[in-house]
Amino acid sequence: MPIEIPKDKWPGKIRTVTLGATSEQGGSRGKTVTLGGASTLPFMNFEAPMPHPPQIAFELRDRRPDDWSAVVLDVWGGAADDPAVWARAAEEQGADLLQLSLSLTNAQGNPTTPQMAVAATRKVLESSSLPLMVYGPGQAEADNELLVAVAEATKGERLALGICEDKNYRTIVAAALANDHLVVARAPMDVNLSKQLNILITDMGLPPDRILMDPTCGALGYGIEYGYSVMERLRLAALQGDSMTQNPMTVSVGFESWKTKEAKVGADVPSAWGEWTERGIQWETLTAVTLLEAGADLVILRHPESLRRVRLAIQDLASIAQAA
Amino acid sequence: MALSGIEIYKLLPQTNCKDCEFPTCLAFAMKLAAKQVELSACPHVSEESKARLAESAEPPVRLIEIKANGNSIQAGNEIALFRHEKTFYHKPGLFVRLRDDMESAALIGVVRAVDAYRVGYVGMDLTVDGFAVEACRGDKEAFAETVASVRQNTRRPLILMSRDAAMIAAGLRAIDGENPLLYAADETNWEAMTELAAEHKAPLAVVAPTLEGLADLTQKAKDKGVMDLVIDPAARDFSESLARATQIRRLAIKHNFRPLGFPLIAFPGECDDLVKEAMLAAQAIAKYAGFIVLDHFSAEAFYPLLALRENIYTDPQKPIQVQPGLYEFNNPTPESPVLVTTNFSITYFSVANEVESSGMPAWLVVADAEGMSVLTAWAAGKFDAERIAKDVKRFEVAGKVTRRRIVLPGQVAVLSGELEEELPDWEVKVGPREAVDLPAYMKQVLL
Ligand code: B12
Ligand code: SF4
Repeated sequence: MPIEIPKDKWPGKIRTVTLGATSEQGGSRGKTVTLGGASTLPFMNFEAPMPHPPQIAFELRDRRPDDWSAVVLDVWGGAADDPAVWARAAEEQGADLLQLSLSLTNAQGNPTTPQMAVAATRKVLESSSLPLMVYGPGQAEADNELLVAVAEATKGERLALGICEDKNYRTIVAAALANDHLVVARAPMDVNLSKQLNILITDMGLPPDRILMDPTCGALGYGIEYGYSVMERLRLAALQGDSMTQNPMTVSVGFESWKTKEAKVGADVPSAWGEWTERGIQWETLTAVTLLEAGADLVILRHPESLRRVRLAIQDLASIAQAA
Repeated sequence: MALSGIEIYKLLPQTNCKDCEFPTCLAFAMKLAAKQVELSACPHVSEESKARLAESAEPPVRLIEIKANGNSIQAGNEIALFRHEKTFYHKPGLFVRLRDDMESAALIGVVRAVDAYRVGYVGMDLTVDGFAVEACRGDKEAFAETVASVRQNTRRPLILMSRDAAMIAAGLRAIDGENPLLYAADETNWEAMTELAAEHKAPLAVVAPTLEGLADLTQKAKDKGVMDLVIDPAARDFSESLARATQIRRLAIKHNFRPLGFPLIAFPGECDDLVKEAMLAAQAIAKYAGFIVLDHFSAEAFYPLLALRENIYTDPQKPIQVQPGLYEFNNPTPESPVLVTTNFSITYFSVANEVESSGMPAWLVVADAEGMSVLTAWAAGKFDAERIAKDVKRFEVAGKVTRRRIVLPGQVAVLSGELEEELPDWEVKVGPREAVDLPAYMKQVLL
């Protein structure tokens, strides 16, 4: 009996957002990265090909992090002591782009100054050719102070500046507007809040194709189901034609996964958890794959082996299925 | 999918004879659609209409059960494409494949390790569901022996794998009285396989590389009276597995297409690169598989897969919670400290596990935060100083301790001032942000 394959047709489409600028475009990047463009649900290649398959970023810090899992720090080794070396190593390990997180303080506990933030950003830009995202330490005042300085010092690079939240987006958006950058807009796992934040940001005059949406994710075992469903709902709303949800989605999978006890702790854990390194990598990898299926366009990871595995999954998912 | 009142009306005699005690057939049809009457109240419905109506009352994805003397696993009965639409009901069974060409001691070793595997996650003991035993040697006796020795070492449900019906029959004889899943009927062997399934009342998997091929096979099996079917769309990579699983689920749920209204079986171990196995299994969990057969067992891969399965299959309408109350750890005394947390399961168990493993006696006030995590509840106004103080009183904590020390989660340090006002005769302390750091904190600060 002949069966008609059920194909969805959607009125809406995900916007394309391009990060990074090459020298011809007024920046210094060796390439740009474009996200989005999908006109159907993730990897439904039998309906429409995905013009820009999901990309993978590595998260780096401006200095050796105090609170990262030893499994991740060990694999980067001495590179984690210097953002220039770290950025080069991350590029060699196959990242599509980099995400630099600024610390609240330096190793001695003194506050990170704008000069320090700019210096770390410059180092990364000089030692790698990849597009870059720069996140502040996550405290409103420090974020504003550091990100404005970074934005001004890197005018034209089309960095993605993060994180814009409802209480703290104005200064960052203004800095992005004035210096040809993009922003990452994060709302706490809620379709309407994501949408509202995008409206507030575009109301300030930033074109929607300079906004990445971070719906907030939880790691496997720690609330992944909430993030998963919110992402599915955002993607459905976007395809149904809701303009302010049509931005590509980015998720901090490495950050969430490696702070779980499973990934962070090696000693005094149940033997049913298995070997530490592999467990941590699985935690990050399976969180990433699950959220990719829900609509993530960019996953930010920490471990090189996770990147290698997730890359294999994306390559396969983005290839045209014979089932068409 | 359920029929509407009008659709049901079209299947009734339309004579308005009132024998059902309703004024018209349409009135009766409306009541039937609302499930307020039984079809048997109309004595005049044709056999054909009865069959159509019975079929429409069935779930779009049939519930399938693999049974082994008292142990069983069910899959199917799903009604949603996305979990937020309602919920996903039956967690996919996770199976480990064994082959009859494995060296016997090694095989028994795997069976015992998998059978014994249990990992604690938010108060539950998660385990692997069963085994798939595959005939690879082409020797019926050897296969039967392998099945028997697997059965001696586990009570969990089994899947018997071979395209040769005689082989499957030999396996069935080794586990007489059970209803394992038979894998698989294809274009060439379906008659013999269907007979075996009918004879043993065992669910049967059908495999074909096209949707048409699958529908033909399920139709043929149904014609022979085998209704309990599982389908293998024969895709083994990410892209095609996802496409087929989605198409089949959509046909079943949105189009009420009966021939494909069965749970899927997935084989993530049959990929070109074994590093993909766990990722493919994760995809199968989120995207519609009913049974998942892995080729390799390791705690590092199964723990996250089992946890993911719990997560995807929780009801999105209600967070998993624990009962609010005062909990005791390591035999607390009136001198022991009082810790506070929320009643979200993940939160409670993160804290409870650490307090317990610290070996330090403590009281834990689990506040009624409507099943939300510390920061979520705080942001939603469900975990503030007032609420905490209220629960401290409600659980009569003051009567249990002489030394009144109460420790807040580090993430809500901002509450400490207000809590001091709410509980004036208590010493309010702020603990670490993450539960992992609790044992060290308790040893250093709470002595
Ligand atoms: C999942 C989630 C949700 C889920 C709810 C899940 C649930 N049942 O609670 C949903 C999607 C429903 C949700 C909703 C909201 N959320 Co929410 N959510 C999260 C998320 C992603 C994870 C929370 C989680 O489950 N953590 C895991 C648990 C185990 O952590 P925990 O409870 O804190 O416990 C840890 C520690 O606190 C510690 N601990 C716990 N108890 C104790 C006790 C002691 C004594 C000690 C020492 C330690 C300790 O141990 C645990 C492990 O380390 C976080 C962001 C993130 N990634 O963390 C945002 C987050 C908590 N949400 C936030 C917000 C704002 C909201 C909303 C108000 C948004 C809105 N306006 O709709 C709503 C509120 C809900 C409502 N109105 O009904 C914000 C809070 C911001 C803030 N700082 O105030 C966060 C931080 C996101 C963000 N960055 O903006 N959320
Ligand atoms: S008994 Fe049947 S045929 Fe008669 S009115 Fe009722 S529904 Fe119609």
